[in-house]
Amino acid sequence: MANMSLHKVKMKEVDPVVRSGNFEEVAMGYTLEEAMEEATRCLQCKHKPCVSGCPVNVRIPEFIEALAAGDIETAYQVLTSENKLPAICGRVCPQEKQCEERCVRAIKGEPVGVGRLERFVADYYMEHFNGKQEKATTNGIKVAVVGSGPASITCAGELAAKGYEVTMFEALHELGGVLVYGIPEFRLPKDLVKKEIQKVLDLGVQVHKNVIVGKSITVEDLVEDGFKSIFIGSGAGLPRFMNIEGENLNGVYSANEFLTRVNLMKAYQFPYTNTPVNAGDKVAVVGGGNVAMDAARTAKRLGASEVHIVYRRSEEELPARLEEVHHAKEEGILFDLLTNPVSIQGENGHVAGMTCIRMKLGEPDESGRRSPVEDPGSEFSMPMDTVVIAIGQTPNPLIKNTTVGLSVNRKGCIVVDEESMETSLENVYAGGDVVTGAATVILAMGAGKKAAEAIHAKLTQQTQE
Amino acid sequence: MYEIVSKKKINEQVEMMEIKAPFVARRCEPGQFVILRVTETGERIPLTIADYDREKETVSIIYQVVGKTTQMLSGMEAGESLLDFVGPLGKASDLKPHKRVLGIGGGVGAAPLYPQIKKLHEMGVAVDMILGGRSAEYVILEDMFKEVSDNVYFATNDGSKGIQGFVTDVLKTLLVEGNTYDEVIAIGPLIMMKAVVEITKPLGIKTAVSLNPIMIDGTGMCGGCRVTVGGETKFACVDGPDFDGFQVDFDECMLRQTFYKEKEAHACRLDQQKPE
Repeated sequence: MANMSLHKVKMKEVDPVVRSGNFEEVAMGYTLEEAMEEATRCLQCKHKPCVSGCPVNVRIPEFIEALAAGDIETAYQVLTSENKLPAICGRVCPQEKQCEERCVRAIKGEPVGVGRLERFVADYYMEHFNGKQEKATTNGIKVAVVGSGPASITCAGELAAKGYEVTMFEALHELGGVLVYGIPEFRLPKDLVKKEIQKVLDLGVQVHKNVIVGKSITVEDLVEDGFKSIFIGSGAGLPRFMNIEGENLNGVYSANEFLTRVNLMKAYQFPYTNTPVNAGDKVAVVGGGNVAMDAARTAKRLGASEVHIVYRRSEEELPARLEEVHHAKEEGILFDLLTNPVSIQGENGHVAGMTCIRMKLGEPDESGRRSPVEDPGSEFSMPMDTVVIAIGQTPNPLIKNTTVGLSVNRKGCIVVDEESMETSLENVYAGGDVVTGAATVILAMGAGKKAAEAIHAKLTQQTQE
Repeated sequence: MYEIVSKKKINEQVEMMEIKAPFVARRCEPGQFVILRVTETGERIPLTIADYDREKETVSIIYQVVGKTTQMLSGMEAGESLLDFVGPLGKASDLKPHKRVLGIGGGVGAAPLYPQIKKLHEMGVAVDMILGGRSAEYVILEDMFKEVSDNVYFATNDGSKGIQGFVTDVLKTLLVEGNTYDEVIAIGPLIMMKAVVEITKPLGIKTAVSLNPIMIDGTGMCGGCRVTVGGETKFACVDGPDFDGFQVDFDECMLRQTFYKEKEAHACRLDQQKPE
């Protein structure tokens, strides 16, 4: 008998006052009993609308059915047959715009907590089973994967499972891309990311850290070195600035720098760790996406007394995940909506304030989005000592600049065939943010998976010829 | 892990290490740099490549012991390994087949200048050098520079080597004496590079400088190293580190370099308090 409650089983969270003083994970996850109870809310629909809402098409009702029966091992096998990083996706996917949006239960009441259940199964399995993955028999074909973010990890995992000899090249000293330098500990614990990635590597992926494709080695070198296919999943890591006065003052950070210092370099543990960060007391974070929420909540945890989200559109347009906006508000982050910075003021080379202008929403444009327009004469200034710019990123041009014949669009994103993810160069594929511009973890994973399938299909055909 | 193949003390504060780093050694060119990390809790610091040997797959770095991380480096010996060593980063220097070039190296800034001067020499360019330092022992790489330059002049603050004064005093004298140069390449403290440009700019002598702002990733993903050049924001790690000295906003660079001073000093003090 299905559990007909209109609400998801509540998930425990750390109290907002306690948690805004540390970097521990906020959402504590379900117990086995809670997970099984939530699992029985799934109606096991025949037409499974949730599955088509998932970018990697996880067999949702099937894994939930096994979970409802208490068979975590089966649930995990079903889950990971489509998704190599479930503990991560369960935490960071915007489920309200994907699987859960299409859930039948959402017509009346809350949808089934698919993300929470996915997370539970992955966590529980990791804690209780810890079975080593079997390596596939190698087929001797070398494939290179550039980057180690969600797109590349997924692509590498899928190919390694099929027997390819996969080598991954990462520019930084840790694997995971945005999962390690961008998304903070309190949303995605780093030791969990490490474990999850290790399981993929255990499938037989070779890794070169500290190697920058486009600098240390080029795509052309990789071809010469005998890699039959190359997947580029280098992401969109180039920060955008606003080009306003005062942007190079001390105390102005790109969100990438701020978050990299704190997450990757663990500056919140300074001086135990050696990388410093100056978070300031009055902090403005410019932007309204997940990156902005992460930066704002991080600043609060570093001890800022006043943290503002400054966003030029209204609440409805905030691109961040609903749960993060909610958490940010609970933690006391102030939202200055319909507000846009025009200049930053300094004192002795350091940020002292920011001048903003009020915005109004204009008529909807062709895309249906109402674009913000300035309200003349509404300028006002806010005293600030730190400004974090989180208005988006574009792909790093290093690979584009060093790879002859690789087509990119005017935003610097690599152009691919939408079906095969192949670029303008034969046997060179790309996927994730480097193709789409900054998007979500799960979309990057979907692209990595699609590319792996296309690489496999083409190499199979080529070796048969 | 990246093995320290050899280590040598150059003077009381400056040391040189040769590191086994095949990927870097294979592709690096004069003007480029590396980022290294010593231990798991360590920070990433940039250091310019002072020399390289493609056959031995090694890269040499020269560093001055100024804070926590360089102290840690200083405590390591040949045979030990650095945790992370990534590169080559930044653009290679744009070395032109000029007739005659003047190199100016201030203190440890002589280290990144060396591979550029060496390359120019190999290209057949006539090179004069000015080396400066606080006192004689802080003037580094004298013998190496002598091998690749026509003339090497010295300036020290206390007059213990060459003239008593600054590298700019030598520069002025050389220019007054009628020496002509197609380009000046100056590397050293910001204040020195700024002073050089103040002399060369009015005379229109093209001057390249190498900037060393605060960096983290060194790959263009954060903008921590941004500098204003010709009124535009550039990232020194990908657009530099070499820039046209006439275009650089040195005052802004100097302010940005001080941003973590307090915390850096704090980390060093803590270190000194630690019991042996």
